[in-house]
Amino acid sequence: MKSYHLDHLQHLETEAIHILREVAGEFERPALLFSGGKDSICLLRLAEKAFRPSDLPTPLLNIDTGHHFPELNEFRDQRAQQLGAKLIIRTVEAAIAQGLAQPVPGEISRNRLQIPTLLAAIEEFRFDCCIGGARRDEEKVRAKERFFSFRDRFGQWDPKNQRPEIWNLYNGRLNPGENMRVFPLSNWTEMDVWEYIQREQLAVPSIYFSHQRACVRRSGQWLPVNQLTPPTAREEVGNLVVRVRTIGDIMSTGCVESTATTVADIITEIAAARITERGSRADDKTSEAAMEDRKKAGYF
Amino acid sequence: MFTPLMPSASSATVPIDILRFNTCGSVDDGKSTLIGRLLFDSKSIMEDQLAALERSADITGNGQINLANLTDGLRAEREQGITIDVAYRYFATPRRKFIIADTPGHIQYTRNMVTGASSANLSIVLIDARTGVIEQSRRHTALAGLLRIPHLVVAINKMDLVGWSEARFNEIRAEFEEFLPRLDIQDVKFIPLSALNGDNVVERSPHTPWYAGPPLLDHLESVHIASDWNLNGFRFPVQWVNRPHNPTNQTFHDFRGVSGQIAGGIVRTGQKLIALPAGVVTNVRQIWTYDGPVAEAFCPQSVTLVLDHDIDISRGSMLVGTDHLPGTSRNLQAEICWMHPVALRRGKKYLLKHTTQTVPVVVTEILHKLNIATLDPEPEPAELAMNDLGGIRLHAAQPLYFDGYTTNRLTGSFILIEPGTNATVAAGLLAPPSEVIKPEFGDYAI
Repeated sequence: MKSYHLDHLQHLETEAIHILREVAGEFERPALLFSGGKDSICLLRLAEKAFRPSDLPTPLLNIDTGHHFPELNEFRDQRAQQLGAKLIIRTVEAAIAQGLAQPVPGEISRNRLQIPTLLAAIEEFRFDCCIGGARRDEEKVRAKERFFSFRDRFGQWDPKNQRPEIWNLYNGRLNPGENMRVFPLSNWTEMDVWEYIQREQLAVPSIYFSHQRACVRRSGQWLPVNQLTPPTAREEVGNLVVRVRTIGDIMSTGCVESTATTVADIITEIAAARITERGSRADDKTSEAAMEDRKKAGYF
Repeated sequence: MFTPLMPSASSATVPIDILRFNTCGSVDDGKSTLIGRLLFDSKSIMEDQLAALERSADITGNGQINLANLTDGLRAEREQGITIDVAYRYFATPRRKFIIADTPGHIQYTRNMVTGASSANLSIVLIDARTGVIEQSRRHTALAGLLRIPHLVVAINKMDLVGWSEARFNEIRAEFEEFLPRLDIQDVKFIPLSALNGDNVVERSPHTPWYAGPPLLDHLESVHIASDWNLNGFRFPVQWVNRPHNPTNQTFHDFRGVSGQIAGGIVRTGQKLIALPAGVVTNVRQIWTYDGPVAEAFCPQSVTLVLDHDIDISRGSMLVGTDHLPGTSRNLQAEICWMHPVALRRGKKYLLKHTTQTVPVVVTEILHKLNIATLDPEPEPAELAMNDLGGIRLHAAQPLYFDGYTTNRLTGSFILIEPGTNATVAAGLLAPPSEVIKPEFGDYAI
């Protein structure tokens, strides 16, 4: 007898495809946020599965902090080209130059400055929906996020007053100036993402695999040595065999010591890990409510 | 070298199923603590999360680690010690993957409970052993019954505070069993536990020799989740017309498909389908997927169907098979959960979203309101207020093609949206249709 059974990845896949097609059906000008990171790589494959053989109905949008790993940007550009997708890049540098974003002296990350840059891009292209690769298991504020996350005219998220989300019926209705953020990977875990990359044989940027890199020890983490914040004489510097588990700003993304050179190695490593993925991100450690404050202001 | 802890790590081909469950109960019944305990004892909490808990324990908790802080992600939740919105958590054991929806207990957040419960295979209702069954426990259990969640666990918590009394456990159980027959729940399990101390959560408790059943996690790992999906009666609500305008590959120049997620049944190449509302019969030429064409596909797969005829079909249309036909009507009867501060009244107009279409409706009648204390329907109430469960009749601007919720969750459910504010104001479960579609043409005959 034939069994009509879907395994966990197939379940997650059909859920995400359904959401992507709801976006295509209900919004006029959606954009898909693509950084070249592992989550958005999965998102892009799901978009191919949802819309092929047609072209993707959304352009790809990336907010470049200017502090990205160069490997990531190369990968981003190459992948967009392979897919024949339109890639829109807006930079924090330009937003600062235009007076849209104001840096605070001493600020480590450009996470905060991404917010006005993103909101300006949404306004410029009149996007009514941004599809992102955020997952609920990443962080406990993200764990409260809906698939369809409503933002008001100021790009703000009101976590105490979210729209109920029942069965697979998503309410995507907006008034002018309002905006939706949609997260098709909400129910995926870090393990699911890597298992999907393995199953779909997706290419990922080289920095996810073990490589040799000069790192500096800061607040209990190994951060990549970079020109923006060079090591001081008192700091410990090492030439280590590392990989990154999650990619953010080059100044706040911790490297983990690892010998994983294949996707299968990474899966084995995550299965045994005793630290979460976000444990290597200095930007989330500022305070217990760091992510909540950024999200309320309009962060991804 | 590391050794993989989970079978999923080494063999991604082994099908692992997902159990989705939600926890509900009243404020302070210990829901978040229970989830914290499940994660903690199943070793799903990572060292950095534990370090963050210890940091906040030093500052605010007099050195006591608060397991609820693992799920209460919002500042307002930690300050008030309550759960406001649904928090989703993920963990896996070698036997299953789990998605937990930690749903709020406070009455004003019942709509968030509905959000968390609507996709659940199993619902855990927490009862404080000291206070016993209260109105919120009844409301949550009634909701679980209304939403047809197949499995229910009544977790009688804080048993340590009643001296692990078997008599108290039986008393609460009897109280529950008195109203359970009025609800449509197939499988109910009662478990005595202490979330705070971890008794009967992951490990069997030494304090309950009189309890023969499994600890909670054992039950979650082994409960049989029969398919939630209906494999009888093909239903395909069209989400998006797939028509490449400038295909890079010339073979797709004339491609025209309809994309969607199968909401019921099985479809095969060559099969005869009826397109609604057009009422035209066509055949499946190809079931197209990114990974290549397939001979058959089933609920809840997402596919693109290429049809034999170029018929009028777009988002909001539905393709159905020729057996197990759906019902159709502009007059609808439904059970609803009202979720908005402004009450539902007769004569008000809303937008109803059902599968992939949204149609204007007017409320023609409020049939009854469920009395939570007695679980009896009270006839002809003036209105349905926030968190009320009740029966209504609606008249729609266009006919709907639907099934009863008990037959098919996906084609038997809807939400109501208030025009203007765009607020989602109700979750609705359709009563079985009084008449199925009637084929009008000869070709329609079955």
